[in-house]
Amino acid sequence: MENAISVSGLRKSFGSTVALDGLDLSVATGEVHGFLGPNGSGKSTTIRVLLGLLRADGGTVRLLDGDPWRDAASLHRRLAYVPGDVNLWPNLSGGEVIDLLGRLRGGLDQRRRNELIERFDLDPKKKGRTYSKGNRQKVAIVAALASNVELLLLDEPTSGLDPLMEATFQYAIQEEREQGRTVLLSSHILAEVEALCDRVSIIRNGRTVETGTLADLRHLTRTSISAELAGHPNGLSKLENVHDLRIEGNRVQFDVETHSLDEALRSLTSIGVRSLTSQPPTLEELFLRHYTEHAKAGSTS
Amino acid sequence: MTRTLERPAAAHEVSGRGNHLAGTWQLVRLALRRDRVVLPIWVVVLGVMASAGAGAYETLYPTQAEREALTATMGANPSLTLLYGPAFDLGTAGGFAAWRYGAILSLFIALACIFTVTRHTRQEEDTGRQELLSSAVVGRYAALTAAVLVAAFGAVLTGGLMAASLIGVGLPATGSLAFGASMALAGLVFTGVAAITAQVAEYSRTANGIASAVLGVTFLIRAVGDAAVDASWLSWLSPIGWATQVRAFADERWWVLGLLAFAAVLLAAVGYRLLPMRDVGMSLIPAQPGPPHAAAGLRTPFALAWRMQRGVLLGWGIGFAVFGALFGSLAAGVGDLLGDSAQTQQIMARLGGSQSMVDAFLASMGGIMAMIASLYVVQATLRLRAEETAVRVEPLLATRVSRFRLAASHLVFPLLGSALLLAVAGFAVGLLHGLRVEDLGGQLPAVFGAAMAQLPAVWLVAGVAVALFGLLPKLSTAAWAVAALFLLISMFGPVANLSQTVLNLSPFQHIPKLPSAEFTATPLLWLTGLAVVLVGAGLAGFRRRDIG
Repeated sequence: MENAISVSGLRKSFGSTVALDGLDLSVATGEVHGFLGPNGSGKSTTIRVLLGLLRADGGTVRLLDGDPWRDAASLHRRLAYVPGDVNLWPNLSGGEVIDLLGRLRGGLDQRRRNELIERFDLDPKKKGRTYSKGNRQKVAIVAALASNVELLLLDEPTSGLDPLMEATFQYAIQEEREQGRTVLLSSHILAEVEALCDRVSIIRNGRTVETGTLADLRHLTRTSISAELAGHPNGLSKLENVHDLRIEGNRVQFDVETHSLDEALRSLTSIGVRSLTSQPPTLEELFLRHYTEHAKAGSTS
Repeated sequence: MTRTLERPAAAHEVSGRGNHLAGTWQLVRLALRRDRVVLPIWVVVLGVMASAGAGAYETLYPTQAEREALTATMGANPSLTLLYGPAFDLGTAGGFAAWRYGAILSLFIALACIFTVTRHTRQEEDTGRQELLSSAVVGRYAALTAAVLVAAFGAVLTGGLMAASLIGVGLPATGSLAFGASMALAGLVFTGVAAITAQVAEYSRTANGIASAVLGVTFLIRAVGDAAVDASWLSWLSPIGWATQVRAFADERWWVLGLLAFAAVLLAAVGYRLLPMRDVGMSLIPAQPGPPHAAAGLRTPFALAWRMQRGVLLGWGIGFAVFGALFGSLAAGVGDLLGDSAQTQQIMARLGGSQSMVDAFLASMGGIMAMIASLYVVQATLRLRAEETAVRVEPLLATRVSRFRLAASHLVFPLLGSALLLAVAGFAVGLLHGLRVEDLGGQLPAVFGAAMAQLPAVWLVAGVAVALFGLLPKLSTAAWAVAALFLLISMFGPVANLSQTVLNLSPFQHIPKLPSAEFTATPLLWLTGLAVVLVGAGLAGFRRRDIG
């Protein structure tokens, strides 16, 4: 089994609203896969289709070599899910919810359960609404991570966690990876994605716009260069793929697309370089580019 | 980086006394918008019910002799006053309508007010929406005030419509106004009760449950006070009793309306006093911590459903046992006083379809218990939908629990829980009645069997609710309307002289009127079959549809 999840051409509409419009997603077994996209781009809908909670209108979906709609209950023995919106039963304590969900999945590692409760600093005796949003998420996270499963589907699991708990979460996911588990992680927290994910898929308007390793994605974007030259910079503006060029005396600052980096540097060295700093694109820049293009596409359509 | 923030002009008002009520009007409009379908329905249905009965009076009892017989027999009968309250004047259409509908309409209007208040207070806090609203320019008392105003608006509108429609069918304006006012004020009293329970309870279900229990107890106190001659003072302890003691159409006692109004204001004031004593989203009774580990038994969807549904079932069970015992102990009294008058037998026959007064009374009791059980059935079925909309079904379906198993674990309650309720009621009625007439061996099985025979009609209501849940989930709450329609048709249809075609719409109309009538299995099998088909269709729909 090479891929834990393979989705191609997935479509799903709610009435006249198109939520998924030919989405592709493949998650290899054993990898931690980041699932990114602006709000309302269809991440949760995709995860709910993968869980068999929603029925796909079109396309193919394979999950752990099964059909998530038809084989839902048997596939669910092998996965655990953390919903984006965790709502607990009002009259059940957090500890009861963790045990119940674990048992319904088919087994809970008691030692790991207690260890995780400790690490996440969770009070298992509180009930339903007396938990804060972050603590409700911790209940769902502990229930999922203490279950003995192959695949974790996590829908923005840490959106309510404090930085300390975020670190605890990242550490716990690293452990899961070492155990050979597959993780699909939908997240807006870029540091988390950078720290955990082997590959990411970025979706927009219900379609996959980019998929690959972070290195691959970086390769597609621009590097920022700022340099102090021996003479007045000229000729740079003629270069293709150079953007946001600013010149102040002998100082120059610009962004260049990665495949034109060679050419740009040759142009600089031909003048003579006194100092040079180059910055790889940050994840923020990478995502903002995809997300704002979304906004532009949205406003023009 | 510092900068001075301009204080908005409106901030001056916020510091004044008016701030506690700021935003009330906006919340009233929001509540009216949310209730734009439900509110008109209950206002109209409850508003015209009494006039329908009054209109049919002339047709049902055309002669003076019949009316005198009605007054002499039914009005003085303890078993009937138990249910309907004391009859002050059955010689006029107005007096008859006030007797026959007063207690029961006040019950329904009170329920409508309770649900309205809870829906716009505690339920908003449950869902977390209240926090969002409270963060805006909304005063501390705004939500409660808006809820109270909307419930009061509905109650007053209903009372007004009652009065207008009674005048419309030609009844005296004085009596019509007194009747409408007593019903509206009964609603207002329970608006006040709900204003308190919304502060005391932590969840909307509990708030509704406590307020409904208070309503049940006040109805019970009135019933006992009205039925037992030597304890008639008890009726004066119950707001439902006051509503009937206004004596609409029978030499009205206007001052009793003042008693109701006073109680309504007092109760609401207590609610307002309690409100600042707690935090938004929290209750006066702090939540108790639970166990850190789940009990060994909590490992199936049914175990979870049991945790969620057991309290409600227990509450209903107690209610059915108490009312069953009460009616059972007084059933024999029907025969004592009614005698053999042909007219009264005909009247009872309309209700119970029997020539023996006691049996007719028992049969109509069985029917009423079943209709009330059908409300439990809707409540228990829609719990599944409530879990779904609260996104608590998804984490369960993401485990190896199948959709069928999840639904079935909840449907045990409407299907078997309703059987349990009827069994409890049938047993209580049969036991007390059997002891009273010293024929336990004969009466208990007969009465118990008669109660259980109602089950297929109750199941049909469950079928409707499950079918809606599975096939048209967004319209699930329409199950309440269907159950209420069946109940109103069967409870009031015969008295309002509705045509047989309309009466036949209600499944309760098809149950043989045991214990006196002949037992026929055919309608029971038909009803059961239909219920099975509906439940099956609902489950099939649930397995195929999107969750959420």
